[in-house]
Formats: sequence, structure tokens, C-alpha cells
Amino acid sequence: MSKIHVSTTVNGDPVEFLCEPQQTLLDVLRDELQLTGSKEGCASGDCGACSIELDGRLVCSCLVLGAEAEGRDVETVESIAVGDTLHPVQAKILEHGALQCGYCTPGFVVAAKALLDRNPDPTETEVRYWLAGNLCRCTGYDKIVGAVLDAASEMRGETS
Amino acid sequence: MTYDNENLKVVGTRPVRPDGADKVTGRANFGADFSMPQQLIGKVLRSPHPHARIVSIDTSKAEALPGVKAVMVGEDMIAMAHEMSQSGESAIDVHDLSLNVLARGKVLYDGHAVAAVAATSAVIADDALDLIDVTYDVLPHVSDVDEAMKPDAPVLHEDMFTAGMDEKPATASNIASRMEMALGDVEEGFKKADIVIERSYKTKAVHQGYIEPHAVVANFAEDGTATVWCSSQGHFAIRDLCAKLLGMDSSAIRVTPAEIGGGFGGKTTVYLEPLAIALSKKAGRPVKMTMTRAEVFRATGPTPATSLDVKIGVTNDGQIVAAEADFRFNAGAFKGSPVGAACMSAFTPYTLENVKVVGYDVVTNACKSGAYRAPGAPNGAFAVESALDELAHMLNMDPLDFRHQNGAEAGTKAVYGATFREIGCKDVLVAAKNHPHYKSNLGPNQGRGVASGFWFNIGGQSNAAVNVHEDGTVTVVEGNPDIGGTRAAMAMMAAEVLGIPFEKVQVVVADTASIGHTDVTGGSRVTFATGMAVTQAAEDVVRQLKERAAATMELDPEEVVWQDGVAHPTKGEAKPLSLADIAGDAARTGGIIVGRSSINAKGAGPSFATHICDVEVDPETGRIEILRYTAVQDVGKAIHPSYVEGQMQGGAVQGIGWALNEEYVYNEDGILENPGFLDYRMPVASDLPMIDTVLVEVANPSHPFGVRGVGEAPLVPPLAAVVNAIQDATGIRMTELPVSPVKMLEALEANQKQAAE
Repeated sequence: MSKIHVSTTVNGDPVEFLCEPQQTLLDVLRDELQLTGSKEGCASGDCGACSIELDGRLVCSCLVLGAEAEGRDVETVESIAVGDTLHPVQAKILEHGALQCGYCTPGFVVAAKALLDRNPDPTETEVRYWLAGNLCRCTGYDKIVGAVLDAASEMRGETS
Repeated sequence: MTYDNENLKVVGTRPVRPDGADKVTGRANFGADFSMPQQLIGKVLRSPHPHARIVSIDTSKAEALPGVKAVMVGEDMIAMAHEMSQSGESAIDVHDLSLNVLARGKVLYDGHAVAAVAATSAVIADDALDLIDVTYDVLPHVSDVDEAMKPDAPVLHEDMFTAGMDEKPATASNIASRMEMALGDVEEGFKKADIVIERSYKTKAVHQGYIEPHAVVANFAEDGTATVWCSSQGHFAIRDLCAKLLGMDSSAIRVTPAEIGGGFGGKTTVYLEPLAIALSKKAGRPVKMTMTRAEVFRATGPTPATSLDVKIGVTNDGQIVAAEADFRFNAGAFKGSPVGAACMSAFTPYTLENVKVVGYDVVTNACKSGAYRAPGAPNGAFAVESALDELAHMLNMDPLDFRHQNGAEAGTKAVYGATFREIGCKDVLVAAKNHPHYKSNLGPNQGRGVASGFWFNIGGQSNAAVNVHEDGTVTVVEGNPDIGGTRAAMAMMAAEVLGIPFEKVQVVVADTASIGHTDVTGGSRVTFATGMAVTQAAEDVVRQLKERAAATMELDPEEVVWQDGVAHPTKGEAKPLSLADIAGDAARTGGIIVGRSSINAKGAGPSFATHICDVEVDPETGRIEILRYTAVQDVGKAIHPSYVEGQMQGGAVQGIGWALNEEYVYNEDGILENPGFLDYRMPVASDLPMIDTVLVEVANPSHPFGVRGVGEAPLVPPLAAVVNAIQDATGIRMTELPVSPVKMLEALEANQKQAAE
């Protein structure tokens, strides 16, 4: 079967690629576009390591086909820091030591930023439920939740 | 030398780790993130049967498929004799390892590798696997450890005769070995007991659950050398095991460590790496292989399912007078479960005169078990700490007081032969008792449990170099993949010794050709042993700096003192010289300064931990909620406290998952039914409260900063802490893990029925 031609927008830039019909958007990002920040942990939508935003909606890119990106707006972890300035979620994850191996971290960064874009003042419970689609095996989540709450506080202009 | 904890400037603070920015931006390169030009994709064909004879394998159709560049089967591997290869924390039999990498003769579990292909795309590689015809003669199988020990069980290995018996058995069996260790006389001890309880427990196999699947890229060159990029807990071990299995020289294989996405013991051996090298050799092109999540579950090394018996005798005043255990560990398809570590650790938080532990290492038709964080210890502690909790209730004693009364201390002799020096076992129990958590009130359907645990920690071989640059900055080169912030710990110790700011130190984890052999990142050894090597290499730098400064000052090196990064003369008028001054002048004074250390570190201080867990049990659904959790541990000296806390929190949560949800489900046909994160349910953020930590610092006298390993001990207490809390909430003693809602509800209903009768 011949490949499918797709025109889309990735991290603000116009992008074209060819993909197999069965190729996921995660595989396209990693293998065709060399955007390896999105990770594969399960390929079944259970771990969240491949989290991206598609037209502003938080999704697992392993559950989206590459061909479905046609005409859409894709935002990956690579777009979150601006120049050499980290997003507050990224900075707070580092400050709190809220990563150990760091493999799940890009997914958490994307998911947490998506939460704070929608809800600038989440409770601990809201953070925990929003991030329930992201697996971390190293940290027990404690410091991740703390870092996200702290980032929210900083983004609201409160001193932490 | 040792450093005075009162005057530390860097050690004990919480700087941002050197590799942090790369890991929050997606820039860090993990195993699967590396690719090469011309690279092929390798895939593995796996057995659909738990036990079968391989009658024939026909690869001709796969080989004929356009785009397929190499196909290999078990016969392409070298036949290996039984030989134990040291792999840092544990020893691996290379004969068994070779058969696990690619089956020959028989398949021994659902998922056992049978053939491998390399093709120009993943799609073609998958198609090629479909074209390989394997004819199997299916054999009877056995998955359960107690069933596998029965005389009529199907035997996996015809050449396996139980080791450790007085006489070699007449027939082959699935019992690979029996071991026994004892102190005193348990029979005499039990005679002194006022209360004796005997209990049996069971745990299921659970997986380390690292989020990053195994991944490798290998490139075999025409000159017989191979270059490998992979994620592992020890690239030297990967190199040496590949060399053994493929009959290559260690020097002919260069392994570059990728960032590692979690390991917890599970990435200390090889699965794909030898296949990738062999396929690359056949194809003449680089080969990339990655596992799917299902492959990770079916064919890597979870921790064993276990069946555990415990017998403990106490006097009415709470003294343990005798303790006995019988542990049966399901090693999976090949021998080598951590039953020995279970025997050695289960009773070790206590001072016991009479103790006897017997362990059996048993093979079954399940994937070969591997190391998982304090291998064996959580299982043993689950049994012992559950029984102790029952005894505390029967004695009407506070469970922490009961443990404290019998607790290990300096001078205690453990069943495995060690006599402890300074340890924090009792300090940890006191800190737990004094914690506000332990004094807080509970509501209806709520309960509190405590449990303790011990882990040895190891030292081992480590290498480090400290390169001093002309501008006075420094690069530390070492050989342990950084799983949890160890680059930060290494930089902090180097900065402390050199007397320069943390920010002036970078850390590189070098490939196998660029630094001397370093044992795996395992056994909670890195901050201890590699930290010791880095400290000594930095001290070597200081020695050289003092020599250079002394020469410039026209003094003897002994007449110069090193303080806060500056060489000060103790006499005369010479100007003090900073590290940057000396480094900038190094070319003129003898060449660039490099400090080195190569050690086999001894004196890893053991860790003791006690956890407090509150649960609420829903009487309608059997769902168990963790309300509050506190982990207390003797950590020696916390170099970077955030990452020490993180180890304790992460270990506690893995234990909560083990206690409540996680299990390998092999069905009647011997097939793994839940090889994915949907059905193998690991804890998520909404399942948990914050995990409070208390760092008790009883310095390890063998380490310059007092470090003890911290990574493994936190997984030892949680299983029993959770189950003891459930008992407190419901009055029901759960003896089989995991305590899923279904199991809990059945127990609650049975209890109600019994009460009504």
C-alpha cells in the first residue's frame, strides 16, 4: 500500500510527511520528524509518556494515527520551553527533584501544562486526577504533584 | 579521609541536577531515541506456548521476503556450558542466559524468544515474523511454585538435580537448589515460648514496571568490532555478557549508555542486545530493536511469585525466642531467584538467638525472574512482618515497641553471618513512634499498620576520573548510568572535596571504552561506591593541586593546605592560589591535571526502614484507599535529600502497588493474561496521598561522607505495612497478595457470614 501524504502544523511550523496507514502519530513524530521527546511506554494509551496537544486537546499520540494529523495543530514537549527559558512546570519539576529517570517527564510536562492552561488554581486532588493518565514508576508522584501545585502558584503571581 | 558533616557547603543541599534541563524538555536521549543511517529494524518471534519441544523452524519464506536482511534462530547462537558470570549484584549462568535470549530445543514460557529478524522497516519485519513456520510439540506445563515442587510435576530441565542436598537426588526435578541458614537452636528456643504462631503466605510475580521498554541499536563492523547504544543499568555488564554469548572479545564491543528510563533491577542483564549484534553481523548494517510493552511483560524478568511459611515463638513479655521460615521462590524458566537474599534478610531487623531459614529455588514455565529492588527481601519481610503484627496484637503490645524490644543494633549477629557496626534500626523505630502520623486518630473502616525492613546494600567496583580544565571548571567521568539523580550526587561530592561551586562541575557517564569497568547501577551502590571513587579522584586532584601550588610557592606540598578551593601556604609570603589559578598554569607546571580512582568499595552500610500506613476499606466494594503514608529510613548521609526522599517515596508506592493491585496472571493454559498497563495495574497519582518521609542519618563509618545505599530498603516494608493496616481496619488478616478489591470483598463477606452464624 502506498504511503499517505499529510500536511499539518507541528509546534507552530508547517510540516509535511509521508506515513504508512497504520503508523501512529507517535511513530511519525519520533521516526519521521525526529521529535523524540514524546516517548513510547505502552502504545496503548495507558502510560501517557507520549502526551501531546492536538488542536489544544491533551491526547496520547500513540492513539492517534499519523494520517489524522492532516490540517491539525500538533504541540509536543519540544515546544514548551521558549528559547532557553523553561516553562514554570519544567522549572519546578527540576527544583523539586520531581523526576528520577526522566522518561515519563515529557508526558507529565505536557499534561501538567495543559491542566494549568485550563485551571490556574487546581487543588491537589484535581492535579492527581488530571495526571492519573500519566504513569511514573520512580517518584510515587509526591514531588510531581508538589511541583505542579508550586508552578501554578508561581504562575498566579503568588510567591512560593 | 572522612568529612565533618558540620562544615559541608554542597553536600546536603538541593541543587538542580546537571542533566535536568535535557530531561524536562525531551532532549535527553533514551534507549529508543538513537538511530543510525542505514539502520534496519529487528523483531523477535516469541513462543505462544508455555512449554513445548521445537520440532522444526522453517525461515525460508521469511528470508525470501523483499526487505528482509537477516533471520536467526537458536542454532545460530554459540552453545554455552554452565558457567556463572558475575554481574555486579548477582551471578548469571551464561548457559541459561543464552537459552533465554534465544530458545533451543524447547520453549519454556509464553513469550520465550524463538527467532529474530532484521528488515528495512518495522512493517516488513513484522510480516517476516508471520512467515516463520515453527512446529511445536506441546508439553505439559506448570506455573505455580508449590505445584512445580511436586514429584509428578512436568520437569523443565532434564539435567537439573537439586543442589544443596546432602546427597545428589536420583531424579531430575524443578527444585534447582535448597539452602539453609541458622543461628542457635530453634527447637530449644520454641520450648521457651509462651506463644507460637505458624502462618503461610503467598505473593504473585510482579514486574519492575519501568516505563521505558528495552531498546538497543547495534552496529557490527567488518573488522569484527561492534558498537552498541542501549539503555541499561550497567553497560559494562551488557558488554561482557554480549561478549560471552557471542564469543567476542570484550574489547571488541563498545557500549555507549543511553539515558535509562527506569530499571529497578530489571535492566541488569541482556535480552535484545546479543540478537541486535548478531543480526547486524549477518546483515552488514546497523540494527535497532525495541520491545513492545507486551514483550516487556512476557519476556523480561519480573520478581518471583513466592510461597512462604513462617513460625515465630515469643514469651509473654514480648521477647522473640525462636523464629523459623521456609521460603519457596518461583524463579521462572531458569534457576536463580533471589531466595537466598530473602533467607538472609527476613529476620534481620531483629536480634535473635535462635533462627533457621530454609529456601528453595524452583523453576516453572514462567518468564525467567529477574532482580527487582531489594530482590527477595520484600517477600520475606511480608511474611515475617505480618506474623509479628499478629503477635503484637496477641501480646497486647504496641507493634513498634515490640519491634524495638527485639530490634537489631550494633553487635547484633545476623543469620547470614554479619555482625553489625553502627546501624539505625532502633533509631528508625523511635522516629516512627514519635512521628505525628503515628499519634493521629483514625475514623470508621480505617486502620493503621507498620512494618520494618532491612537491605544489605553493596559496594563493588567503580571507576572515576576528574578532569580539571584550564578555566578552573571540572568534568567528572564515571561509569554508572544515572537512574535517579546520581550525576547530581557525584558533582556535589566532587565540588565539596575540591571546594568549588556545584555549578562548576559537570558529570559524564562514559562508554565502556572511555572509563574503567564499573559494576551495574544496582544494589543501592552508586552514591556509596561510585561516590567513594569520585571523592577519591577529587582528592587525587587536590593532592596534585597542592603539589603544583607548592612548587610555584617554592614550598613542600605538606606546607600547603587546601581550603575552599584555594591552596594556602602555611609559611612564607607566597600568595594563595585558587583552583582556577593553578589549572590555568597547569600546562607550564607539568600538564593538565587529572584525578583518578579505581576501587572495589567495601563497607556498604546496611539500611533499615520502618513504614506507617493508614488505609480505609470500603465495606461495600472492598476497595482499599491509602489515606496516609510515612516512610522512615536510616539513610546514612543524604547527599541530595530530595533524591533520597524520592527513592523512599517511589519504593513505598511500588510496594503499595505490589500489595494491592499488581500481579502476573498466568491462566490455566500457562499464558500470561495481562501483559499491558491496563490490566497490570500500577499505582497512578489519584490512588495516592503525599508520601511523607523521615530521613534518619546514622553515618556509615566506611564512607567519606557517611553514605549508605538508600534505593532498595524502601520496597521492603510496604507489603506488610499495607496488610497490617487492612487487618487493623477490618480485623481480617490477608495472607495472599495482591489484596485486590475482589479478594477483599470476598473476605469481608465471609467474615460477616461467620459473625452471623
